[in-house]
Amino acid sequence: MNWRKSRPQQNQAASASLRGARLPADEPLASHRFSPENLWGIAFILPYLAVFCLFVIYPIGYGLWLGLRLESFEALFSDPIYWRTVVNTLLLIIVGVNLKMFLALLLSGFFLQRYRLMPLLLLIFILPWAMPSIPTFIAVRWLLNSQWGLINNVIWAGWQVDGPGWLTDPTLAMGGVIVFYIWKWLPFWTVIFIAGRTAIPEDLYEAGRVDGANKIELFRYVTFPMMASLYLICTVLSMIWTLGDYNTVRFITGGGPTLSTHVLATLGIRDAFEIGEPSVGMAAVISALPVLVPLVVLLVWRMNKERVQL
Amino acid sequence: MSEGARIGQGRAQLVATIIISVVILFWTLLPIYNMIIVAMEPKDAVFSGSPWPRDLTFVNFWTVFTQNFWYLSHFWRQMLNSLIIALVTSVLVIAIGTITSFAIHRLKLRFGFLLSNAALLSYAIPLSFLAIPFYKILNTYGLLNTLWAVIIVEVTFASPYAIFIFSQYSTSIPMELDEAARIDGATVPQIFRRIFLPLMMPAIVAVGTYSLLLAWNEYLYAFLLLSSETEITVPVALGHFLSSDDSPWNILMAAALVYSIPPLIIYYMTRNRMTTGMTIGGVKG
Repeated sequence: MNWRKSRPQQNQAASASLRGARLPADEPLASHRFSPENLWGIAFILPYLAVFCLFVIYPIGYGLWLGLRLESFEALFSDPIYWRTVVNTLLLIIVGVNLKMFLALLLSGFFLQRYRLMPLLLLIFILPWAMPSIPTFIAVRWLLNSQWGLINNVIWAGWQVDGPGWLTDPTLAMGGVIVFYIWKWLPFWTVIFIAGRTAIPEDLYEAGRVDGANKIELFRYVTFPMMASLYLICTVLSMIWTLGDYNTVRFITGGGPTLSTHVLATLGIRDAFEIGEPSVGMAAVISALPVLVPLVVLLVWRMNKERVQL
Repeated sequence: MSEGARIGQGRAQLVATIIISVVILFWTLLPIYNMIIVAMEPKDAVFSGSPWPRDLTFVNFWTVFTQNFWYLSHFWRQMLNSLIIALVTSVLVIAIGTITSFAIHRLKLRFGFLLSNAALLSYAIPLSFLAIPFYKILNTYGLLNTLWAVIIVEVTFASPYAIFIFSQYSTSIPMELDEAARIDGATVPQIFRRIFLPLMMPAIVAVGTYSLLLAWNEYLYAFLLLSSETEITVPVALGHFLSSDDSPWNILMAAALVYSIPPLIIYYMTRNRMTTGMTIGGVKG
C-alpha cells in the first residue's frame, strides 16, 4: 500500500475546489470539523477502530505483559529444545523461503512460455496451494510414513530394502518439513511473479533483442532489474509469514521425533497449551521479535521507497 | 541464426519444457495422488505395504457421508460450522473493509492515513503469535467454544488486507463521480451505496473469496478456541484422528478430500478475479 498517496490526493481535491463553483459542504473537509463528511467518516471507521483496539492492541499488550518476564526467559533459555527450535526456525526462513522464492522466479518464466497446454499445467501446479493446508499436510505425513507410506513402499517394491525413517530421523524430518513447505507455497509465489513478469513492458525485451541479447542476458539485464524490488518485498513478506507458520510442522512431523523439529510458532503453542506455561510460550514468541521487527521495518521501508503495490 | 538452427533450438526448448513439465506434474501430484488412493482403499490395503492401489472402492466416502465412524459422528455439523464461520467472516470483512476504506479515501478523514498504516502493520504480524493472548482474552469474555470466537479472530486478521485492497482499488474510481453526486444533493450514505459499492464490486468479490477461504481453512484458532464435538470445525476433527496410533487413514483421507472440495470449487471459479484482486496495481517499482 502506498502511504504517501493520501496527501497528493488531498492536494488534488484542494486544487479541484479552486476550479469549480462548490457547495459549502464541498470545501476542504479538514476545516469543517462537524461537516456531514467528517461525522459520517468517523462513524464509518468506528467498527474497525473497535476491532483494532480490542483485538490487535489489547492482545499485543497483553502478550507482551505476559511474556516479558525474567523468569519466563530463564525457563525458556534453559529448555534444551529451545536452541534446536531457533536453528530450525532460521533454517525454514532462510533456506526454505529463499529456495522457494528463487524457484518461483524461475518457474514464473517457465509458465509464461507460449505452449498451448501451459495454462492447464499451471492450473494443476496450483493445486497444493488451493487445497486447505490440513488435508495436504496430512497427506504428506502419510506419504513420509516409514512403515506404510508410499515412498518407502516403492523403495521396498523396487529394491527390497527398508527405506529411511523419514519422520523418525531428526535431520530427514526437518528436511521433509522444508521440502513440503516449499511444495505447499511455491505455487502462490509463482503466480505472483507471473503477474509481475507480465507487467514488464514487452518493448524492453524487444529493444534487448535488437541489441543482440540472448535469453540469459535478457533475464540478467531486463527481467531481473525489473523484478528486483518485487522479489525483495515478496521474500521479506514470506519470511514474516513463515515465521508464524504453525500448520506445516504441526501436521508433517508434529514437532517430533523427540521434539527435534519444532519451530518457534509451534513451540510457543506447545509451551502454553501442552505444558501449561503461557508466559514461557509467549516468551518463545517474543524471542522471535529481533528477527520479526527488522523484517517488518525493511518491508515498510521498501514498500514506501519503491512504491510497489502488492 | 540460420533457419535450421532456429528450428533445432525450438525443438530443444520443447523437449526441455516437456521434461520439466513431467517433473512438475510428478512433484505436484504425488501427495495428492497418494491421498486419493488411500481414501479409496479398504483398511487392510492401506496397511499392506503395496505401492500399487488395490481394491479401489468408494465405501470410505460413504462412511464419511453417513457419519458412520465414531471420529466422524458430527461430520456434517462440523462442515456447517466451517461454513458459518467462513460466511459470517467474509460478510463482516467486506462490511468493515468497505466502510473503512470509504471513510479514509473518499471522505478524506484527516487522520485516516494513520489508521490504514496501523491496519497494514497488523497485517504483517504472524497470526499464530497472538494465539496465547487471544485465548486468554476470549476466555475472559466468555466466548470460548462458540463460533463467534473464531469469527472474531478471522475478521481481525482479514480486515487489514481488505482495507488495503479496497484502498488501492478505490483510487481507480474518479473522485469527480462523488463530487457530481454531492452537487446533485446526494448524502454520504447514498454516495457509498449507489456509487462506491457498485464500482468496487471486483475488489469485493476478490476480498470476499479471500476471507471465505482463509476462514474455511483456519486450523490453529479453531483448535484452540473450540472444544466440543458439535462446535469444532472439520480441520480440528481431522487433527483428532492423528492423536491415536492406529488411525483409520483411509477414512481420514476421504473426510479430508470432502472438506477440500468446496474451497477448490470456489477458488477455481473465481480464479481470474482472484489474481487481479491479489495483484491489483501490479509492479510499479
